[in-house]
Amino acid sequence: MLKEFKADLHIHTCLSPCGDWDMSPRGIVQRGLEAGLDLIAVCDHNSGENAGAVMREGRRRGLAALPGMEICSREEVHILALFETLEQVLAMQEFVYAGLAGKNQPEVFGYQIVANEENEVLGENPRLLISATCYSLADIVRHTHAWGGLSVSCHVDRPANGIINQLGFIPPDLELDGVEVSYRIPLGRARETLPAIGALPCITSSDAHYLEDIGRAYCVLHMAAPTFDELSLALKGQQGRRIVS
Amino acid sequence: MKVKELVERFNLKIAAGGQHLEREANGGYCGDLLSDVMANAPIGCIWLTVQGHPNIVAVAVLREMAAVVLTGHRAPDPETVSKAEQERIPILEWPGSAFELAGRLYTAGVGGGPAT
Repeated sequence: MLKEFKADLHIHTCLSPCGDWDMSPRGIVQRGLEAGLDLIAVCDHNSGENAGAVMREGRRRGLAALPGMEICSREEVHILALFETLEQVLAMQEFVYAGLAGKNQPEVFGYQIVANEENEVLGENPRLLISATCYSLADIVRHTHAWGGLSVSCHVDRPANGIINQLGFIPPDLELDGVEVSYRIPLGRARETLPAIGALPCITSSDAHYLEDIGRAYCVLHMAAPTFDELSLALKGQQGRRIVS
Repeated sequence: MKVKELVERFNLKIAAGGQHLEREANGGYCGDLLSDVMANAPIGCIWLTVQGHPNIVAVAVLREMAAVVLTGHRAPDPETVSKAEQERIPILEWPGSAFELAGRLYTAGVGGGPAT
C-alpha cells in the first residue's frame, strides 16, 4: 500500500567543517524523529565517514537513514550522491578522496569530527573537505550512477555553489536524477521561480548544519516504504510513486 | 584588435576554433560565475575564465564573443572543445593569472585601454 512519507535528504553531521558539534549521530536521529520525519539522508561535504553511525542509530530508533555525500565538483557546484548501502557510499568516498587535495585547518574552516553511534569521538578527518574535487559534474554523476546511486543537484536557487549560478543554466545532457531547492523556496513554487529547473524532478531539504534546522524543509513522497528503491521510483514518478509536495 | 593578433602577441595556445580568429575583440570580461558572465559580459568581448565546462561555449555564443581564454593552467573539457569547434568559438589558453592577462590586453588597447 502506498502512503506519504516525510523525507529530509540533505543533513550534515559534525564531520562537515561547517556542521555544528551537536550534529552527532544520536542527536540527528533524535531530532529527525521529533520533527516527524520518516526518511533522512546524511550528506557531509565530500565524505561519508559518519553515514554508518547515523544509519545504525536510525535502525535502533526506527528512523530510516540513507548514506550520501554532498560532493563539490571542479566547477564548484555542489551535488548530492545518495545511496542505499554503506559499501556504496564508501566506494564513492574513495573516488572523491582521490580527487580532493589539501589539509583542513580546523581553526579556520571548522572541526571535522568522526563519531560513532554512541556519540563517541573516533577522531578528526584531516582532509580539506570544504574544498572542490578535481572532477567535473559529469564525472561525478557517472560515478554515482556506476555505484548505483542517485545524483541530485543541490540548492539550485542559491548563489553559493548552486548549479545555475555557477554554470548559468543546467547542462541539458547532465543525467541528473533531480534537483534540490533550499528551504527558502516553497517546493510548489520552485519551477515558476526557477524556470531553469524545467522538467527535472524537484525536491527540497533542510541542508541542516544545526540540530534545530533538521526538517525546516522536507518533501512528502508517495511510496510504499521509506527506502532507497522507493525514493528512486518516486523521483522518476514510476509505479504510482511520486513527489507530492 | 583581432583575436589572431592577440594570440600572436601574447602567445596564447589555441585549444579550439583555430580557424575563427579573424573577429575583433570588442572589450574584455573576467568571470567564473557563468550566470554573471551571461548577464554582464560585453557583446563581442574576449572572456577570461577558469571554467572549462561545456556551458562556456553556450555563454560565448549568447554574448557573441570573439574568444574565450582559460587562465591559470586550465584546459577545456573534451566536450567543450568539440562544442567550440561546432560553434566556431576560439578557446585559448594562458598559463598565468586572469589579472595579468587582463592588464596586458587592456594595455594593448582592448576594451578602451591606451593602445601602445
